Amino acid sequence: MRIDVNAFLGAYPWRRVPGTSPSAVLAAMDRVGIDQAWVTHLPGLFWRDPTEGNSWLLEAASREPRFRPVPAVHPELAGWQAVLSAARSAGAPAVRCDPTFFGISPVGVGMRALAAACADAGLPLMLAVRLEDGRQRHPNDGAGEVPAAAVRTLIRSHPGLRLIVTHADRPYVEEVHFGSTPAEAARIWWDICWIWGPPEDHLETLVATIGAARFLFGTGQPLRIPENAVAKLDLLDLSAEDRRAIEAGNAAAASGRP
Amino acid sequence: MLIDVHAHFLHDRTARADWRERNASRMRAGERIGITTHVASILGSWGHASPTYFPSPADLVYGNDIMLGLQRQHPDRIRGYVAVNPNYADHALAEIDRCLGAGMIGIKLAASRRADDPLLDPICRRAAAVGAPVLHHIWQHRRRDYPGQEASDAVELGRLAARHPSVVFLLAHIGGGGDWLHSLPAVRELANVMIDLSGSGVDGGMLEACLESVGVERLLWGADLTLETGWAKLRYLEHLLSPEEQELVRWRNAARIFPAGAFSPD
Repeated sequence: MRIDVNAFLGAYPWRRVPGTSPSAVLAAMDRVGIDQAWVTHLPGLFWRDPTEGNSWLLEAASREPRFRPVPAVHPELAGWQAVLSAARSAGAPAVRCDPTFFGISPVGVGMRALAAACADAGLPLMLAVRLEDGRQRHPNDGAGEVPAAAVRTLIRSHPGLRLIVTHADRPYVEEVHFGSTPAEAARIWWDICWIWGPPEDHLETLVATIGAARFLFGTGQPLRIPENAVAKLDLLDLSAEDRRAIEAGNAAAASGRP
Repeated sequence: MLIDVHAHFLHDRTARADWRERNASRMRAGERIGITTHVASILGSWGHASPTYFPSPADLVYGNDIMLGLQRQHPDRIRGYVAVNPNYADHALAEIDRCLGAGMIGIKLAASRRADDPLLDPICRRAAAVGAPVLHHIWQHRRRDYPGQEASDAVELGRLAARHPSVVFLLAHIGGGGDWLHSLPAVRELANVMIDLSGSGVDGGMLEACLESVGVERLLWGADLTLETGWAKLRYLEHLLSPEEQELVRWRNAARIFPAGAFSPD
């Protein structure tokens, strides 16, 4: 079983990306052996009301059992709490908020309220540090990256919050993990899509220092080719147990459905 | 066969205490991926005694000597580029002669001087004379200057390539940072510029764009600092290319542009 917790459906506004339709993402999943993908409506992340993409997302996921929807929540738009209810009804494994793309503070009143509501609802909150390498982004794509300090602040804001952070690199993971108490760090999961393999061996180091339990298989597809996440696992000397955990077991724990 | 045209090694006079582990990791991962030859360079002391992209002559000599030693130690696995700093023009030419004479197979230019600067011309004339390709570090669409390097982009490399049509240039790491969509059209018409696919970037659509822009015969496989991204690109290419075309990217294109006998068996 391999679960991709970090996948998207739909076009990217800043450049042409092939393979963004549901059928194309399914084909990519078949190509690299991904059984299930947690998907977000990608164009919606750039809309003034990101939740307008959720209905399309929920419908797409309802038609394809290998998709699990991760709806977007904008905690500074009225009625945002309804997204959490809809997510729970749809069996979503998480909801997401990408504050810098939405133009809101990553640690503002809205994000803290969302963190608390997610904790109360038993839903993990997903956020991406970035979606693209900052060196190649469109000149008008000025949204900042989510600072590591914001993740530390959020995890401290509610003792029941679970966070799934995607597109983080090794220094970022280390800064948050070792800047948190063990109890706080145990409520954060990291996808592997942006963590380097050999010869720098960042993922190997992190698995040794932080533990395999904190990592989730994630690809960032179709913005990134999903082969990358598989290749980095294939280059790790992981026990079968740890590999199963990263590829599927930890996702179940993160979503609250172990 | 599988040739990594963009590899690096570390040594004892860098700031990295883990240099042995990193070198060993590259070789170990290479075996798992199936890399038959790592074509590698060392940029002086990697910033320890002089800046990585502005290496001193002394650091270059030391790094190139290490590279020659690795080549001797692993004659079936490692080949070297001689790294030079064009600001030290006489030293650069002497170092090229010394290291190519000792068995290195290419020239590495990083970011010590803009690619279209006339100071690079003597180096390229020497490359033409000996039939050695030039791997040039590229910042894909340099919109401004960055500290620590005088980086060039594909437009600037294109000007150099146009001045030296008999030299083969490797446009470094299309996935290594910056807007690769800017680079590809800049060198589309320059048949002597090859695209090195290395770099940590694994953007969806990047490999398709490379194929559309320059064709499969101008693509070279490489990894640079992230072997997993290189392996991922190889796997992705399996669904874009025929087995014969994959062979071009994996090694045949490299075997064509490096000196005869650089790889065994060619």
